[in-house]
Amino acid sequence: MAGKRSILDHVLVPKCRILKEDEVEELLKKYGVSKDSLPKILADDPVVKELGAKKGDVIEFVRNSPISGKALYYRVVV
Amino acid sequence: MVARKTIGMIKFGILSPEMIRKMSTVEVKVAETYDEDGFPIEGGLMDPHMGVADPGLRCKTCGQKMNRCPGHFGRIELVRPVVHSEYARYIEYFLNAFCPKCGRPLVSDQEFTEIVSSHPKKKRLKALAKKGASVKKCPHCGFERTPVRLDKPTNFFEGDRRVWPTEIRERLEKIPDADLERLGFDPKNFRPEWLVLTVLPVPPVTVRPSIVLETGERAEDDLTHKLADIVRINQRLKENIDAGAPQLIIEDLWDLLQYHVTTYFNNETPGAPPARHRSGRILKTVIQRLKGKEGRFRYNLSGKRVNFAGRAVISPDPMLDIDEVGVPEWMARIVTVPLHVTEWNMDEARKYLEAKDYPRALYVVRPDGTRKRVTDTNREELLEELAPGYVIERQVIDGDIVLFNRQPSLHRMSMMALKVRVLPGRTLRIQPAVCPPYNADFDGDEMNIHFLQTKEAQVEARELMLTTKHVISPRYGGPIIGLTKDYITALFLLTLPWTKFTKEQAMDLLYAAGITELPEPDEDGMISGRAIFSMLLPDDLNMKFPSTLGKHLVAVGLADKKGNGPISPITVIENGKLIRGVIDKAAVGTGKGRLLDYMYRRYGEEFTKEFTTRVSRMANRLLYMFGFTNSYHSLKTPEEIDRKIDEIVDRALKKVYEYVDQYNKGKLEPIPGRDVEESLEIYIMVTLSQAEKEVQTLLQRHLLETKLDPVHILDNFAQIFSGARGSFANIKNLMGVQGQAAVREKRPHRGLYQRVISHFKRGDLGPFARGFARRNLRDGLTMDELFFWGMGGRMGEVDKGVSTQITGYYYRRLSNAMMDLLAFPDGTVREVTRDTIVQFTFGDDGLNPQKLRHGEVPLDVLYDEIKAGEKK
Repeated sequence: MAGKRSILDHVLVPKCRILKEDEVEELLKKYGVSKDSLPKILADDPVVKELGAKKGDVIEFVRNSPISGKALYYRVVV
Repeated sequence: MVARKTIGMIKFGILSPEMIRKMSTVEVKVAETYDEDGFPIEGGLMDPHMGVADPGLRCKTCGQKMNRCPGHFGRIELVRPVVHSEYARYIEYFLNAFCPKCGRPLVSDQEFTEIVSSHPKKKRLKALAKKGASVKKCPHCGFERTPVRLDKPTNFFEGDRRVWPTEIRERLEKIPDADLERLGFDPKNFRPEWLVLTVLPVPPVTVRPSIVLETGERAEDDLTHKLADIVRINQRLKENIDAGAPQLIIEDLWDLLQYHVTTYFNNETPGAPPARHRSGRILKTVIQRLKGKEGRFRYNLSGKRVNFAGRAVISPDPMLDIDEVGVPEWMARIVTVPLHVTEWNMDEARKYLEAKDYPRALYVVRPDGTRKRVTDTNREELLEELAPGYVIERQVIDGDIVLFNRQPSLHRMSMMALKVRVLPGRTLRIQPAVCPPYNADFDGDEMNIHFLQTKEAQVEARELMLTTKHVISPRYGGPIIGLTKDYITALFLLTLPWTKFTKEQAMDLLYAAGITELPEPDEDGMISGRAIFSMLLPDDLNMKFPSTLGKHLVAVGLADKKGNGPISPITVIENGKLIRGVIDKAAVGTGKGRLLDYMYRRYGEEFTKEFTTRVSRMANRLLYMFGFTNSYHSLKTPEEIDRKIDEIVDRALKKVYEYVDQYNKGKLEPIPGRDVEESLEIYIMVTLSQAEKEVQTLLQRHLLETKLDPVHILDNFAQIFSGARGSFANIKNLMGVQGQAAVREKRPHRGLYQRVISHFKRGDLGPFARGFARRNLRDGLTMDELFFWGMGGRMGEVDKGVSTQITGYYYRRLSNAMMDLLAFPDGTVREVTRDTIVQFTFGDDGLNPQKLRHGEVPLDVLYDEIKAGEKK
């Protein structure tokens, strides 16, 4: 149990990253929505804390899907 | 575009007397409604200032006629105030929370602050009243007070002294706005003294219309009756006060007024006898109108009823197409469909209008909206004036689009569109192949039919809801409309390798399916069943799939997967000819139905519809020729089989006794994680069910060996072999052993002391004492065996009832929660409003499950289409 471990390395935690400003813009444009239309994730979620995301940031999740291999999800930090 | 507005805020409050007067158009002073001439009395309960309920009259407030006037409130000025019974509890709280003299809270400022900060808004008043109730002396002005007690429903007492509403009101008036605000009230919308009524709003006439009986008498609404009571007592009270009547009489009348106002709001107020109509019927007052299953909310607002709908018992009709519904003629004569007259369909419109009998026009609607019923006397006139822009309402005819529904509507196939076929009889009829999606049968089921009225609705239903669009279920990606029961049996019999027909018989069968060509006869001049069936298949069809019969054969080693066996376990279709194997459940049944599935995807809706209809008509015809039956003798087994069954069972029983013996001696080895008793049960159950399985396999093999021939196949076993109905487990129960009875997946064990029934010794853990039946249904069970199976049977019935209810409600909640999620054209799943994304790609893969086969892309269809050059 030596060394610093990150919860992001756990198998059950989907791969995730904070989207850059321009990526967010592109995403919102693609779906024609504003940020408050996206699914939400609480600011005190352990993953959000680990990533260091702030309120209003959009996080991209790469989920493993039994059907399509992987699926992209986006959530806005609230 | 839909005009969309956002509700910013909803504010709830109590009407102030000032507001009631402001919104009132007239003061009601007379308890009467109409005078002798039938005109409403001014200042009476039906005063035309409050709106009009009879057509023709004009409202005296807004000058509009009945349909346009929204109705206006009136008022009754109460001579003495009364308590609003529904708020009596809160009045009590206020009286105990605040000082009657200075109007301040009955606790110190510090305590008050504490209550305010430690309770949510809703609970502050109650908390303060709880504290204040026991206070003897006001901490603010030092007034010596007595706690107030509410004598339900509306009487207040201070010790033994009655506190009348006038005094209550005076006390409540003293409470400062600032204190109310701290309790969470908004003094602009709520003042406690408003809970004591000085003026009562009278709802508009439109809310309580009077009805004219056949005798010409008027019958007033319950609310009007109740309001009349209030006005009457109010007047009497006034007269008595003016005349200086003794206090006692005034107080009696005052109480009576209170009673009437109480029951006006809620005629089920606990402690108050319900007010009755002259006939003795209990009046329905304000709360009764809104409350409960039959109240305004649940009955009228959440639940709506429609016109142009019908309901009748359903019955089967194999001569219908799968997109047709048989509508009884009497129903078709009653219901109408609008026909919009244009210059291009004038002739058609005239035809309906001219017709004296079905199908004829029942009504004509002029462009100005006036409706005329078509009668023999005015038909000529109407024909004369008929012009484009008119609408004719004609009787339902063949080909009209309707929605057909069976409850419970659990999935989208529970309501599908069908085309009308007007038929004699009194039932609605459907093609039996569309039973599975509705989960319908004909043991008395009733279904609903909706006749679509607008062109938009008709087109939408035809394009999206037609049964032929729903052959494949999106739930599992396989056919849900398909052949069942006897149709499968019939096709199985038809396609057995030895089935042959004479030319005449073949013509009979083919003609039933609407085919007028004969296939080439075999050398002996006979035509095989397979050749006849092949006539229904398209010429370029090539398929290969295991049949249900094949699976049964392979399971007992009578055939191998390569296709060798007494009858090929694999069905092979080459160039539209059935070469080997049989057509059974695996080909045309619901759920799997490989042939149907492929046909639907490759050749389309129209072809599948045609095929289904033809096949079922042919199957029907075939069963007229063949028939199949069942007899006790067909259940007989040779001695050799009986001996083998006994051997299997005896061996298992011996093993069970050994386990019991070991257990009794304490030598039984427990399974890890289980105690000895549990282990014993598991050992026994496993041993016995293995034996049962062995018997089943033995019988399955025996039957497939001996019954798969032209004679014995008609002994009903065709049903099991083809997967149409029944199973080899049923056969085991009939011909082998009935086996272990189970209650909650365990051997029956509850009942008497240390035994289940008194036929066995106490403590007997053996197979027979715990519900193992070694006899079968053919030979009959012993009474104790029957009793044990009765226990399991009862549990099954109870579970069925309970679990359908529970799961039904779970499902309802789930579908209600999800019903306004939609898949949008860009692949996202959003709420209907478009502005909340739930899933970025539908199902993570963006695939439509209805277009898949059991969750996989049907590549074979695609491959064949490309090969045939239909697609690039």
